[in-house]
Amino acid sequence: MRFESPKTTREAVALLAKEKGSAYVLAGGTDLLVRMKTGLIEPDLVVDIKRISAMQSIKTTASGTRIGAAVSGAELGENKKLKKAWPGVVEATNLIGSDQIQGRCTMVGNLCNASPAADSVPALMAARAKAVVVGKNKRRTVAVEKIITGPGETSLAKGEIIEAIILPRRSTKSGDAFLRFIPRTEMDIAVVSAGISLTLARGVIKSARVALGAVAATPLLVPAAARAIIGTKLDDVALEKLAAACSAACKPIDDKRGTIEYRTKVVGVLACRAAKIAYQRAGDA
Amino acid sequence: MPGLLVSTTVNGDAIEFVCPQDETLLDSLRDRVGLTGVKEGCGTGDCGACSITLDGRLVCSCLVLGAEANGREIETVEGLADGDKLHPLQDKFIEYAALQCGICTPGFLIAAKALLDRNPNPTVEEIRYGLAGNLCRCTGYDKIVRAVQAAAKQMRKK
Ligand SMILES: Cc1cc2nc3c(=O)[nH]c(=O)nc-3n(C[C@H](O)[C@H](O)[C@H](O)COP(=O)(O)OP(=O)(O)OC[C@H]3O[C@@H](n4cnc5c(N)ncnc54)[C@H](O)[C@@H]3O)c2cc1C
Ligand code: FES
Ligand code: FES
Repeated sequence: MRFESPKTTREAVALLAKEKGSAYVLAGGTDLLVRMKTGLIEPDLVVDIKRISAMQSIKTTASGTRIGAAVSGAELGENKKLKKAWPGVVEATNLIGSDQIQGRCTMVGNLCNASPAADSVPALMAARAKAVVVGKNKRRTVAVEKIITGPGETSLAKGEIIEAIILPRRSTKSGDAFLRFIPRTEMDIAVVSAGISLTLARGVIKSARVALGAVAATPLLVPAAARAIIGTKLDDVALEKLAAACSAACKPIDDKRGTIEYRTKVVGVLACRAAKIAYQRAGDA
Repeated sequence: MPGLLVSTTVNGDAIEFVCPQDETLLDSLRDRVGLTGVKEGCGTGDCGACSITLDGRLVCSCLVLGAEANGREIETVEGLADGDKLHPLQDKFIEYAALQCGICTPGFLIAAKALLDRNPNPTVEEIRYGLAGNLCRCTGYDKIVRAVQAAAKQMRKK
């Protein structure tokens, strides 16, 4: 295996494109190194992106907040401005693993690892986040929900790298939240999870996005669940419809963490709780 | 594939080593630098026995490549004591009998130090969350949490 640590995105893309064998981007390595160690993959080339300056910063501009692909979970959690603007995205990312894992893991690594249970992904989808994808000859901006295509599968072409995540600017009366259910309180994989982002106008939900994790082959964006609460003040009827829409959308598996029946029921409960937190945050904003 | 020359600072000393490009930092530290306080429990990020700080951040060295450490600063359990004078966390781990076989201890000490650097007066709950990435299979967590509380108290006095 060859290790490279380029200084620019362009160099990184060129290295990946040129490699004839198997080539992988290394962000925090908390998925990649586990897969290397357990023999699931044997890379010929590993390209470390942590020395690329365009991937290291968090910047807020007129159009939104740009978070570099190499920014760790711990760094996100220490960014007070981001935590205030997007508490749901930050709390979802900070749920990944232990403090040790937080010191390394990235949102983009979480996204590209493409686990159905990836914690930051539903929060990013609810936030209408976009990924800046850089390839050999072009750069494109893609909605986060278009990246994961199946368990462990993404729509990225060979040699393409995600340089950053962009969170849009939103009205001040907005809030987001993410909740995950696990049997213990730390260090476990989600049984189900829900991320919700919403914007209020005079207490009424003007727009909303609802995304669910661990209830299908990929994290799911559920427009019907958003429609159930748009135009409401999140009264009991709206919450009931939200839960029903979430349960209807999920296609979970049966495994040791939870049965299909259990996941289908609990996802609605979590979505309602997350919606209440997001609503409260939007009201306080 | 040739080995890579890696220049790092380990516990304040400039250290160079040559390692295969796919070697973990855990293996480099143990086998090339000779710092066997860094332990391997699981090798997959779950147990925290290999905890170190890398540029001040708590990480599992089993999930870092040796090559990634080039130009970076590493702290391991060997750097905790000041000569013969143990760090308050080490003192309190002994006083509270917070170890039995000891394989988890270096990782707990490093993780606890990282926690106290950030939060000098943590609640029991904060200690338990802060140390959730470290597993102990023989002592149990109660004595470890008490030792960390006692060390925190002593460190706040200074
Ligand atoms: C002990 C432990 C606990 C964990 N707990 C959780 C948890 O609670 N929740 C959870 O969701 N996950 C968890 N994980 C999984 C993992 O930590 C996360 O998925 C993490 O976000 C991965 O980020 P990374 O930067 O370490 O990714 P890496 O391992 O560096 O990369 C992951 C994949 O994405 C690709 N990739 C990375 N960056 C880019 C990029 N910029 N462009 C293109 N491709 C890229 C890599 O090539 C690789 O295939 C855990 C892992 C461990 C070891
Ligand atoms: S050996 Fe690194 S976490 Fe267990
Ligand atoms: S003392 Fe033996 S594992 Fe903790």
